[in-house]
Amino acid sequence: MTRQQVLDLYFLDARHKLIELAAFLDRIERAEGKDDFRLKSFRAALTKLDGKKKNKAKAVLLAFSDPTIAPIAKATSKGAVGAFPK
Amino acid sequence: MRYIEPHAHMVSRTTDDYERMVLAGCEAVCEPAFWAGFDRSSVAGFHDYFSQLTEHEPKRAAKFGLKHFCWLCINSKEAEDVQLAAEVIALVPEFIERKNVLGIGEIGLNKNSRNELRVLEMQVELAAKYDQLILVHTPHLEDKLKGTRLILDVLKNDKRIRPERVIIDHVEEHTVEMVLDCGMWAGMTLYPETKCTPARAIDILETYGRERIWMNSACDWGISDPLAVPKTALEMKKRGHLATTIDDVIFQNPKKFLQQSANFKLT
Repeated sequence: MTRQQVLDLYFLDARHKLIELAAFLDRIERAEGKDDFRLKSFRAALTKLDGKKKNKAKAVLLAFSDPTIAPIAKATSKGAVGAFPK
Repeated sequence: MRYIEPHAHMVSRTTDDYERMVLAGCEAVCEPAFWAGFDRSSVAGFHDYFSQLTEHEPKRAAKFGLKHFCWLCINSKEAEDVQLAAEVIALVPEFIERKNVLGIGEIGLNKNSRNELRVLEMQVELAAKYDQLILVHTPHLEDKLKGTRLILDVLKNDKRIRPERVIIDHVEEHTVEMVLDCGMWAGMTLYPETKCTPARAIDILETYGRERIWMNSACDWGISDPLAVPKTALEMKKRGHLATTIDDVIFQNPKKFLQQSANFKLT
């Protein structure tokens, strides 16, 4: 596809998602109390969107990922929360 | 349009879903053994589940003219209890000769624990002993990168395992390359909120090519869409992909991998 075709097909969808993301951050900032590592990871991931570097989706996924190598001693839960405390 | 749904948990779906899938062009559905959303209390629960996958569910699919295949294992979410896992693994040979069984899956990791890894190794041993195809679940969200690396290490270190007989499922942009580089197949799961959206899955195809890649809905009891594969095919069409390219991805590729099992027959 040409860039014009990509814009025609996906611009409105991406615009919608960007506004949702901005509104989420506004909501967080309006709320009271402490945040946690998830917001820190989120803000770190946001920095991957800036600039002309390629593979932005991969960079965002890596920003949320557990970078360690060794297996953990025991699984104490089953779920994932979407970010790793760094 | 015709397609194969290579990963769907139909025991969690309604007969309406079977009908909609067939109307959309589905010619075969493959069901890996997975977590029920709660831990089974004993090995007897797995015996019943394996009976459901090999006896009851094929009949339910057949009512809609759809071929049903399955994979057997203990899933990684119930693998922290190694004793239970060993008992379940000991059950599998009783079912492995059944005519709709394709291999061992979906094995893998969930939280990347030592016990999960031990059970993964036990199930890789089972697959090697019975010369079975392997379908691997990779962990969710922040655990996926580490888990995929650990899984690939286990598989690469076992020289009996031929990479072309292994599918690593639920890949995303940060894991697909390492899977394909190992010579294994990569599965992209199309979920509304996690894993891949149709648009991202097609991005991956356009970036890494369509060799040794398939797409699946992995529809289950959670937020998922049993028509995710044909909807992604429609998205490919919107992007201008040829009908033959779409057919390669959603029909020929899964057929090529799955036909490595003598049990996979579409007619």
